[in-house]
Amino acid sequence: MSQGSPLLTLSAIDKSFDIHRVLNSVSFELARGEVHALLGENGAGKSTLMNILIGVYSADAGKLELEGKPLKISKPSDSARQGIGMVHQHFRLVDRLTLTENLLLAADDHPQLKSRAAAREALLSTAKEIGFTLNPDCQVGELSVAEKQRAEICKVLALGARILILDEPTAVLTDSEASSMLAAIRRMAESGRSIILITHKLREVVGFSHRVTIMRRGETVAAGLDTSDLSIEKISSLMMGSSSTSLSPDGINSKKAPGNIQEHGPDLLAISHLNARRDDGAPALTDVSLRVRAGEILGLAGVGGNGQHELTELLSGIRSASSGSVMIDGADALGLSPRQRRKLGLRVIPADRMASALVSDLSIAANLSLTSVVSGRFGRLWLNRRRIQREAQASIEQHEIAGARPSGRMGLLSGGNAQKVLLAREIDSGMKLLLAHSPTRGLDIRASALVHQRLREAAAKGAACLLVSEDVEEIMALSDRICVISAGKIMGELPGDASAADIGRLILGHE
Amino acid sequence: MEQFITSWLGSTPAFAIPLALASMGLVLCERAGVLNMGAEGYMALGAMTAAVLTLTLGNPAIGIIAAVIAGAALALIFGFAVVIMRCEQILAGLATMAVGLGVAGVVGRPYVHKSFEGLQPLDIPLLDQIPLLGRLLFNQDILVYLTVLIGFGLWFLLERTRAGLKIRAVGEDPASADVAGVQVQLQQLMAITASGALCGLAGAYLSVASSSVWVDNMIAGRGWIALALVVFARWDPLKALAGAFLFGAIEALLPRLQAIGVPAPIYLMNMLPYLFTIAVLLVAAWSGSKKGVEPAALGKPYVRQDRH
Repeated sequence: MSQGSPLLTLSAIDKSFDIHRVLNSVSFELARGEVHALLGENGAGKSTLMNILIGVYSADAGKLELEGKPLKISKPSDSARQGIGMVHQHFRLVDRLTLTENLLLAADDHPQLKSRAAAREALLSTAKEIGFTLNPDCQVGELSVAEKQRAEICKVLALGARILILDEPTAVLTDSEASSMLAAIRRMAESGRSIILITHKLREVVGFSHRVTIMRRGETVAAGLDTSDLSIEKISSLMMGSSSTSLSPDGINSKKAPGNIQEHGPDLLAISHLNARRDDGAPALTDVSLRVRAGEILGLAGVGGNGQHELTELLSGIRSASSGSVMIDGADALGLSPRQRRKLGLRVIPADRMASALVSDLSIAANLSLTSVVSGRFGRLWLNRRRIQREAQASIEQHEIAGARPSGRMGLLSGGNAQKVLLAREIDSGMKLLLAHSPTRGLDIRASALVHQRLREAAAKGAACLLVSEDVEEIMALSDRICVISAGKIMGELPGDASAADIGRLILGHE
Repeated sequence: MEQFITSWLGSTPAFAIPLALASMGLVLCERAGVLNMGAEGYMALGAMTAAVLTLTLGNPAIGIIAAVIAGAALALIFGFAVVIMRCEQILAGLATMAVGLGVAGVVGRPYVHKSFEGLQPLDIPLLDQIPLLGRLLFNQDILVYLTVLIGFGLWFLLERTRAGLKIRAVGEDPASADVAGVQVQLQQLMAITASGALCGLAGAYLSVASSSVWVDNMIAGRGWIALALVVFARWDPLKALAGAFLFGAIEALLPRLQAIGVPAPIYLMNMLPYLFTIAVLLVAAWSGSKKGVEPAALGKPYVRQDRH
């Protein structure tokens, strides 16, 4: 498909946020009329790259060229004017307006679309061309997710997009909806438009794209490979990277104890046939069964948004299940409040520590003592403030929380130090079951290694750990057993020494 | 009886117009997603400005125009606070209300109770003699007709024009509107300013057209009733207009009843509009359909996602 000069070239793009280098000399090339799959794990830099292309971010260095001419994009309307359109995972449509009105709203630079009748006609003819049916007079809020997506695509195309970026277009669709969407994507390419397809589903890549570019850790590891030369296995090993040892470069102990298989320990957590719904009523968890024994770490791998959030909320006690059972240390926990679950020995490190575990406006001492104050350890009626301060000081020293004073404000700590405070509070003598959701999200390598060390120590002391993470390398580095969740279902269990490719296949839905 | 109804309906606009103008202004503002609690203060400022300028210059037209400008200026301060500085809308609204009431009280102090020649009803011979509706339709000042015109104009703007589409989009989903290329802050500022101007005009009507005098506490809670009317009207300017006339008719009933000597308990009667307001809000909350029409982003300051 790469006959002639490329339509769009991004070369040597660099981008850093603060000190974090997110893109490192990334290159990408798009030909006319092709479907180009852009692959990579979460955090590989795909979205950052696309956001640079559509003008949400600006690149620190590098060159953008459209049809051989330098392309200057400093804000989203610049890219729209050049015919580059993106369909986000979260649709950018106003629910209370009709589809036609949504197109009118975006038509400031398109004089030919400024009348209602013209906008309506443009939508209908675009839809017809790519084989969609849609009702332009329907309020967007009344459409299903799949219909909204088609509406958004038609809107972007009606605004004159010839390069269309689709961010995980099938993630929200059912299987049959997804295949008709993919067929439509092929039709769009055949009509001369170029499609950048961001996806996690390798089956779609192999079946529907012409070329593949793979990113890992902010770098292009494979650029513009012909899809016909690739197999799913080859792609997934390129995505995951072959080495799994890169996580702890400075040698801090985050290696797992080899062969730590707890065959006879008690099940401190036993989840069976658990079903739950998302806030919008769609199924979040379907027939989930897991057990975690004392002294082991069970890693739950999977791409974010596949039910992990609901599972951790459910286990913490802030979301209810529709059916199934959860036993914590032998006791039925489903009907229990978060406080009663704590008494059973559950400790939680949530994914968003500042939102659901720590109070940023309170002092560090208050945060450290929060759970013990609730349980009455610092006095039932009035608080023993001196003891709170003293124990906070001890915790700070023991956990080497840099820059912290007991009376200092929580919100002023860095992410890594805040996580240390949370670990110091949660990993206490009453802990039997530790639920950790993305415990190293947003932390640097050093802090991550320390968190890993704490989790290992907790397991070595006999706690059961459920580690929920989207980071496959983290899962591989810590887990004694690995389960994979996808679309709210447990896809299978692997031993702790499984390869990234094995995990990747389960994540992507290939048994 | 016919005489009673004719004069009752004829005096209805005097009560309805301030409510109509203010609530239509608030509808516009809230459709853009901004909740302005301060209508009372904007109306007071408008009433005082119009009265003082009419008293000193002798020309009600100048007074009315100045009132519109004063309302818009106060609204711009509110707009700066909530749109640019992203202050809490309720607090900023109440604060500018206090400013409006305070300025009106202080500046207007020397002019209190001095009557002047205000805006006169248009003289339409013969037609105003029609029984029942004659005085309501044909013996009113120009602002009454203008108010009805503004109501239909606002409806057309919101429902039928691209400008109105942008305002509605901003009130429903500012993030999507932003992505679609709508300047969210500009839309909100324009809606806020226009809404302040309408509140100023509402105040001017009270002092210059319906009573021809400025007194302290002239607004007497009408700003709050207007705020409730917005909910009653389901954020529709035409329904706000109709609702204002309904409220106005109830208010106008009191002096008429007294005039023909009905022994009505005056304090209870004076409570009527407020009781009606509470009833309206209860019904609105009870019917639960508020969710379906209330602008989804109402009262929420829009903060664009960080762009590096």
